[in-house]
Amino acid sequence: MKRRDFIYLAGLGATASILPGIPLIGSPISVERSLERVDVSTKKKLADVGLNAARAKGATYTDVRIGRYLNQYIITREDRVENIVNTESYGMGIRVIANGSWGFAATDKMDNDSVSKTAELAVAIAKENSRLLTEPVRLAPQKGHGEVSWRAPIEKNAFEIPIKEKVDLLLSVNDAAMKGGADFINSYLFMVNEQKYFASTDGSYIDQDIHRIWPTFFITKIDSASGKFETRNALSAPMGLGYEYLEARPQDKIKGITTLYKDRYDMLEDAKAAAAQSAEKLTAKSVEPGKYDLILDPSHLWLTIHESTGHPTELDRVLGYEANFAGTSFLTLDKWESKKFNYGNNIVNIFADKTQPGSLGAAGYDDEGVKCGRWDVIKGGLLVNYQAIRDQAHILGLNESQGCCYADNWSSVQFQRMPNISLMPGKEKKSIDDLIKGVEKGIYIIGDGSFSIDQQRYNFQFGGQLYYEIKNGKIAGMLKDVAYQSNTQEFWNSCAGIADESDYRLGGSFFDGKGQPMQTSSVSHGSSTARFNGVNVINTARKLG
Amino acid sequence: MAILTKDEAHALLKKILSYSRADECEVNINGSHNGNIRYARNAVSTSGGISQTNLVVSSAFGKKLGVATINELDAASLEKVVRRSEELAQLAPENPEFVSFLGPQIYPDSITFVPATAAITPKIRADAVAQSLQVAKDANLISAGFLEDRNGFAAMMNSKGLFAYNTATNVNFSVTMRTQDGKGSGYATRGYNDVTKLDAMAVTKIAADKGLKSATAQAIEPGKYTVILEPAAAAVLLENILFGLDARQADEGRSFLSKPGGKTSLGEKLVDERVTMYSDPWHPELPTSPWASDGRPHEKVSWIEKGVVKNLTYSRFWAQKKGVKAIPSPDAVIMDGGSKTLEQLIKDTKKGILVTRLWYIRNVDPQTLLLTGLTRDGTFYIENGIIKFPIKNFRFNESPVIMLNNLEELGRPERTVSVETNTNYLLPPMKIRDFTFTSLSDAV
Repeated sequence: MKRRDFIYLAGLGATASILPGIPLIGSPISVERSLERVDVSTKKKLADVGLNAARAKGATYTDVRIGRYLNQYIITREDRVENIVNTESYGMGIRVIANGSWGFAATDKMDNDSVSKTAELAVAIAKENSRLLTEPVRLAPQKGHGEVSWRAPIEKNAFEIPIKEKVDLLLSVNDAAMKGGADFINSYLFMVNEQKYFASTDGSYIDQDIHRIWPTFFITKIDSASGKFETRNALSAPMGLGYEYLEARPQDKIKGITTLYKDRYDMLEDAKAAAAQSAEKLTAKSVEPGKYDLILDPSHLWLTIHESTGHPTELDRVLGYEANFAGTSFLTLDKWESKKFNYGNNIVNIFADKTQPGSLGAAGYDDEGVKCGRWDVIKGGLLVNYQAIRDQAHILGLNESQGCCYADNWSSVQFQRMPNISLMPGKEKKSIDDLIKGVEKGIYIIGDGSFSIDQQRYNFQFGGQLYYEIKNGKIAGMLKDVAYQSNTQEFWNSCAGIADESDYRLGGSFFDGKGQPMQTSSVSHGSSTARFNGVNVINTARKLG
Repeated sequence: MAILTKDEAHALLKKILSYSRADECEVNINGSHNGNIRYARNAVSTSGGISQTNLVVSSAFGKKLGVATINELDAASLEKVVRRSEELAQLAPENPEFVSFLGPQIYPDSITFVPATAAITPKIRADAVAQSLQVAKDANLISAGFLEDRNGFAAMMNSKGLFAYNTATNVNFSVTMRTQDGKGSGYATRGYNDVTKLDAMAVTKIAADKGLKSATAQAIEPGKYTVILEPAAAAVLLENILFGLDARQADEGRSFLSKPGGKTSLGEKLVDERVTMYSDPWHPELPTSPWASDGRPHEKVSWIEKGVVKNLTYSRFWAQKKGVKAIPSPDAVIMDGGSKTLEQLIKDTKKGILVTRLWYIRNVDPQTLLLTGLTRDGTFYIENGIIKFPIKNFRFNESPVIMLNNLEELGRPERTVSVETNTNYLLPPMKIRDFTFTSLSDAV
């Protein structure tokens, strides 16, 4: 997927023009075909052909990934279905080390001859590139797991739910929004199933089944007299769940100025609220720029965590592997080595976790055969660790990889990608109301909006979906035209309170982009509502002509 | 098998259509060989070669559409994919916006395929990178770069007699050169259909020069400044105007081109009269496919002419509803400029800021097309016609529409690549007054 497209999907100021052209990783297939499975023994045989062919040409290490990537996207607007797309992408990627250098090749022709030729091409590329090496690849040791499997613990496979049921849900959501006064609504249901098979010369044969779902909508309200318009996007989170995410339960609702959601989402209820709030935004007070104490909801804070903690602790960025595109990182190795780099206030504890059930990044094993786990990244405000893969582990003095390797498709080479990175809840009992009560002059921000951060992750600017002014501990009405600008270290040191575990929720990115060629990945970020003091807020209103 | 000739594609598509029992049937096929090489820390990191083919069959019964695909091309598989698309069409809800497939079209031959690019080998890629690495070694800099080439074909045929075929090649190269102490960073990028135009060493030298000169940057106060945007920096701002050219979005009142009372800016002056932007599939410097993915011919289209919005893009449904010509979105855009080089623009600037690259561009307000992002990899203060010193990077909040109303001067257009979308453009460097920087960044 091109960067441009997920920018629009994420921000979605413009919807209708972009969405019919959503590029898909893969090709359209029928519904029934998406439920077929490729037999594990067939995959093992093909994988062995690749492993043996590479070894015969001189590879000292080889891994083979056979992937079947299924997407089902349902796209509607107002009273009609714009598109229903089922796609499949099936093929094999072969990665080798030969003469100390990496090589990679991929094919969608799944016969022995094609697999052998692809393995040979990967070895030829590795050998060609080895003359440009400064040092040979050093892989952290990894014991073979033998033949194992892992399946995401979902309750309902979204691909098995009849299309009609899913279409009816979206159209009822649209109907509720239109009856609630919206001028336009675009609603979407994105469903992904990765059926991944990994085999390596270490002796691993790993079969995994991963599911993700993202129901979302974008509502527009127009004041035709002035020509002004406002939007309100869904407060759902993309999740590593099945269709059960859309079966609302009272225990997953947090009631307040607007209803917020935990592990289940009430799309209909949120659309009704969004229709009313988009109209309210038209007449909301434009923010007075200045310093404010911010209360950030997890539906918003996930993106700030993603950009200001997740990306700068990627070890490949720290080392310079992303210097030409995504950038490097201000969290250089000397800061980690010092063991006293003050990333944030001492109440800030941030951890990496690829095992959290329901999260987008959950898996049994990563894409180079390493078992997934959990570790601290920021502890008591100090930088204590990064995110690493097998050929980087030695840099951190580790004897094994942290399991952060991922490829978005069989045709993409795997590289270091962010695990779920989350802010630990506060240890003391504290609710959202408790946080708001303590604020004299502040803004309560809900939902993610515009986002931008520099290439070393110092300076950022974030917007949201809903902004409420806080005056003397109470909500004093809606604001608009709000964005805050800060510096990562300054921001996390201004963290003055985090709600307790009962408020902990996941947000996440369905289309996080990195690498050249660009690859997307999905990752969750959990947090409870948190307070940040004295943050610089700007007014984003402008006039054309 | 990934690349079919025109005759092979015609025969295959004709055979597939012969299986159809639907009211209408359309078949698209494309295939490509892609190669890439990536390097960082002065050594190759990853590289690869990928071959793939996709075949898509769309069948329609009335306003019900079904789509299916397959990548096996034997007769039984081809018939199976047609049947499957028909079954899906019967199950699909009626789409009131479905428009019958296009009839035969005339497409002049394209100039998008260059044999030299199609013949790139892993060795050629590695040689180009070796040249780039040598520049880094000679200048004691740390390089990171990416070279990516594509050789592909696309063809389509439908039951109404339309047949289209095209082959295209492209190569994009970008490189970042950083100083050993991490205090300086420079960037350069180029994209071509013809790999023989790519001089990896020359491109790397530009990045190296910027990297060396950008070290020890000074902080100056954020605020409104005259800027000179190099084409790579201008591209990531201007393409947001191009993405917003959709007529329906504007007609519905939810675009920067919307006006009160359901009106739009079509036919009205939007930006400075020196701004002219158009697309031309046969432009020798930036050729593109002569047809869009739904078979509509791409023609030379003027989007903004002397500051006036001349055309918007239309889906076939929206064009039919509005009774206008259905102009598809362009694959690339060209902006006219002047004759001055970047160096001459700098020479004629009393006070200003030279911007090499802009980064992490996001829409802040779709109503005004307000964008935010940051400068990166070579930002310099200009005084009395010379570059005085490197400056620390800024965050900006600016609308490209407002920016093009604050135009001072345009330079000579050159082909560049958007770092945000990988799209190729032909754009001039541009001098803009009152460009709004809102905060400083410590990033290098």
